[in-house]
Amino acid sequence: MSPEPTPSQTVGPFFHNALLDEDRSELVSPDHPEAIRIEGTVYDGAGEVVPDAMVEIWQANSSGRYDHPADDREDLPLDEDFSGFGRSGTDVDGKFSFVTLKPGPVPGPDGRMQAPHLMVSVFARGLLKRLVTRIYFPDEEEANASDPVLSSIEDRELRRTLVAGDEGGVLRFDIRLQGEGQTAFFAL
Amino acid sequence: MAVGRETTNEATGAGREDGRQPPYLYPDYVATRLRAPKKPLIILPRTLSDTTGPAYGSGPIGELDDDLTRQHSGEPLGERIIVTGRVLDGDGRPVRGGLIEIWQANAAGRYTHKLDQHPAPLDPNFSGAGRCLTDEEGRYRFVTIKPGAYPWKNHENAWRPAHIHLSLFGSAFRSRLITQMYFPGDPLFEHDPIFQSVRDEKAQQRMISSFDLETTRPEWALGYRFDIVLEGREATPMENHR
Ligand SMILES: [Fe+3]
Repeated sequence: MSPEPTPSQTVGPFFHNALLDEDRSELVSPDHPEAIRIEGTVYDGAGEVVPDAMVEIWQANSSGRYDHPADDREDLPLDEDFSGFGRSGTDVDGKFSFVTLKPGPVPGPDGRMQAPHLMVSVFARGLLKRLVTRIYFPDEEEANASDPVLSSIEDRELRRTLVAGDEGGVLRFDIRLQGEGQTAFFAL
Repeated sequence: MAVGRETTNEATGAGREDGRQPPYLYPDYVATRLRAPKKPLIILPRTLSDTTGPAYGSGPIGELDDDLTRQHSGEPLGERIIVTGRVLDGDGRPVRGGLIEIWQANAAGRYTHKLDQHPAPLDPNFSGAGRCLTDEEGRYRFVTIKPGAYPWKNHENAWRPAHIHLSLFGSAFRSRLITQMYFPGDPLFEHDPIFQSVRDEKAQQRMISSFDLETTRPEWALGYRFDIVLEGREATPMENHR
């Protein structure tokens, strides 16, 4: 019999010294020729900003390879300096940001490719367990249209929340926990 | 399983977990009311995106990172304790080299945090943050101080039971967990909506450490054992779970 998972509990409001003592929001140097910047604000159901959230990302490198033993596609190069993990707290204005590389496409279910995307976890006071979402890219219209996850979401408004906006080269991805324009969240 | 099938019960908290995990919306915990999503969650098909995950969520571990009683020039006040246990994945395999980060209040129930307004003393010798990696058998060990209970403003006369916050990375994105470890026999359990948000009694027990005489060191510190189980990498999708 497999053991039962330990229940999740909220991260609470006092995690900063432990979880954000070192800056993990830049996965590559902002000077990297292919660096992209992602910015967003976390909002609650009243439209107020959430200043005590933590956002984490997990992604493949620019060739579409995950830095993990389960991804054994040797033909795709690993990037020694790129772990694919990032973490950003939200500030008093509810803002988080990452500097990273655009991931390559990765395989999906049934052998179909997925459009480039980042996996996202959101933690906050008031969230008894993390929320999981994805960031897709606005310049990948074709790949997004055939992405098995995106295209399976029938609610168009909900689907649209997963594609970042392009604001003069900065990717904008706001996270609305509840209410109008709520972000699409996943059950794993 | 239909890709992207939307599940209805998850967001409201009724249904499939049977109280073994907390719901997003638990109105007694007031902060969930405006932060719990109301739209149904979308079931994500299993792909490399979540069967992989950050193996090592943080930078190098410092020598004193797992001993919260030795991070300053003097000793912190309070009851010295040793917290140890094993981290397993959902298939019962040890999680090796997994990062655990912890944070907690001091013995008086006060966090070293600018937003903590509890009028209890700060301890200049205690920051309340630590981390370590699990070993080959999935074991971890921290030396710290037993945290005090503290008040919060959720409801009239609201107090959190003593707890240590833990953040863990397992073998995959799926196994990521942030939880809280409680201490046995705490009279505040029944009054705490965060603890009570986990409705299943056996699941509640999985958040409570046990006193462990074997870990206890004579003339020095009490030992508590806390084993942690993360979701396995290949666990079946939620709707078929159990
Ligand atoms: Fe706490």
